[in-house]
Amino acid sequence: MTIKQLSIFIENKSGSLLQVLKLLRDNGISIVVSTLSDTLDFGIYRVICSDTDKAFRILRDKGINATISNVHAIRLADNKVGAAADVMTLITEAGVSIKYMYSFLLDGKGVLIFRADNADKANEVIMLKKLDFLSEKDL
Amino acid sequence: MKNEGINKDYNCEYFNPEMETLSRQDIEKLQLERLQQTVKHCMNSPFYKKRFEEAGLSAEDIKSLEDIRKIPFTTKQDLRDTYPFGIASVPLEKCTRLHSSSGTTGNPTVILHTDKDIDEWANQVARNLWMVGLRPTDVFQNSSGYGMFTGGLGFQNGAEKLGMLTVPAAAGNSLRQIKFIKDFGTTAIHAVPSYLTRLKEVMDQEGVDPRKDTKLKVFAIGAEPHSEEQRKRIEEMFGVKAYNSFGMSEMCGPGVGFECKEQNGLHFWEDYYIVEIVDPQTLEPVPDGEIGELVLTSINREAMPLLRYRTRDLTRVLGRSCPCGRNHIRLDRMKGRSDDMMVLKGVNIFPIQIEKILMQFKELGTQYLITLTTEDDNDYMTVEVELEELFTDDYQRLIELQKNVKRALKDEILLTPRVKLVPKGTIPDSGGKAVRVVDKRKVYQ
Repeated sequence: MTIKQLSIFIENKSGSLLQVLKLLRDNGISIVVSTLSDTLDFGIYRVICSDTDKAFRILRDKGINATISNVHAIRLADNKVGAAADVMTLITEAGVSIKYMYSFLLDGKGVLIFRADNADKANEVIMLKKLDFLSEKDL
Repeated sequence: MKNEGINKDYNCEYFNPEMETLSRQDIEKLQLERLQQTVKHCMNSPFYKKRFEEAGLSAEDIKSLEDIRKIPFTTKQDLRDTYPFGIASVPLEKCTRLHSSSGTTGNPTVILHTDKDIDEWANQVARNLWMVGLRPTDVFQNSSGYGMFTGGLGFQNGAEKLGMLTVPAAAGNSLRQIKFIKDFGTTAIHAVPSYLTRLKEVMDQEGVDPRKDTKLKVFAIGAEPHSEEQRKRIEEMFGVKAYNSFGMSEMCGPGVGFECKEQNGLHFWEDYYIVEIVDPQTLEPVPDGEIGELVLTSINREAMPLLRYRTRDLTRVLGRSCPCGRNHIRLDRMKGRSDDMMVLKGVNIFPIQIEKILMQFKELGTQYLITLTTEDDNDYMTVEVELEELFTDDYQRLIELQKNVKRALKDEILLTPRVKLVPKGTIPDSGGKAVRVVDKRKVYQ
């Protein structure tokens, strides 16, 4: 019910991001979606990619701090105003909090990716409300 | 407090006229006398008794000042090893005061004082303050930390001994300091130099002009390294003369050396200390004018005289005479350290203290780098440390870790450093000895 996300510790310094991107490129790993915020000193670069386990091994072998976590990815019903709000209403009403979220288009449809503070509860909502979740094979 | 042998003539430049104006010959004669007495007295100390036995040396072997070189050095490690009272040369019941170093790694260094030690110490400080023009008509505000730090009680007792109205304002709370300065008509302040620049900032914010709104005329600055440039800037900011003070708790505290009005080196009181400058590697004496490590022997103390104490401070001899009429040796401002101790805002810090704390966090790696910088006249410490592994994808938890490390460091070194988590492998450790400290303050000129 979740997909794997790679989180990479990046120093706020010129070239840090490029080093990671080059490593992924040179090993034939394609990025589906990624996000990085303008935080102080350091940031966490979050990546959904074609082969998370392989990417993690490559980074680890190079001594780069990274971790794999499971995030939820929900495909929005249709591209209409308020589609994201509809999903979040259900999640929020179930008492699940969002640590971070980002979104992208997959085959023309909006996808919300988020990390829930309580994954089990999030799974429950997704099942009960029959939300359209993505799994690894969908990417 | 006793007041014998003290000058009451405000026009006289000297607080202890006789001692301050001794000829070189008389200084050296007195030094030999006091060295011989001190060495004899030190045989009451279990530590020195053993030291001398091991070196095959007896008190009678010290026949000339040069013979001091036969005596083994005393180090900070010796003080730690004999913690707390192992070096004392008198029974504890004769001691009335204890001071201790700020360091908390391993055993701190403890220094004992008898009543006479406290009085002599006050005399040294009073001598210094008189030397730069302060008289009992002055008001002295001691904006230094009190407690175990000798800059507090040391200056308090000395300023009182001179006869000044003395305000134990202690460190910090600038608004209150400014109020005291104005209300009490403070004419002199003792503080660490970085604090004075902070104080000026607050004065500016409050619209207080030190030249018009205060009676300030003298600053005693010390306890942290500062450059000639920094001193001049402080003097210009306030329109106040700033004099460099040298002290260390092992010798008593502040009062060991002080600049006269010439501001050309610090007079070290040779009726209290024997000054040697040695090559830190060979431990052989270096010629006048060459930089070496300052080694001090206290020859006028009862509770805990130290023989040939390696201060680890680097300096050089500037001269043994001065237009001020004092022939007590003049040393340059401290040029650096022969060990890795850092002095920040008056606090002595060793990298090992930082390391010890960092190693308690399993999330952190073993590589770290300490950088000291000056920004807007304030000194800062930044500790960069590698993240061992990314244990979370939650930014907040990393920020929390950073905060926890900062708090733990503050508990250890008593100052709040900046802490920066950096990726593994970004702090270089190749080439043998890792560089742990980068001092960009450029305070040693």
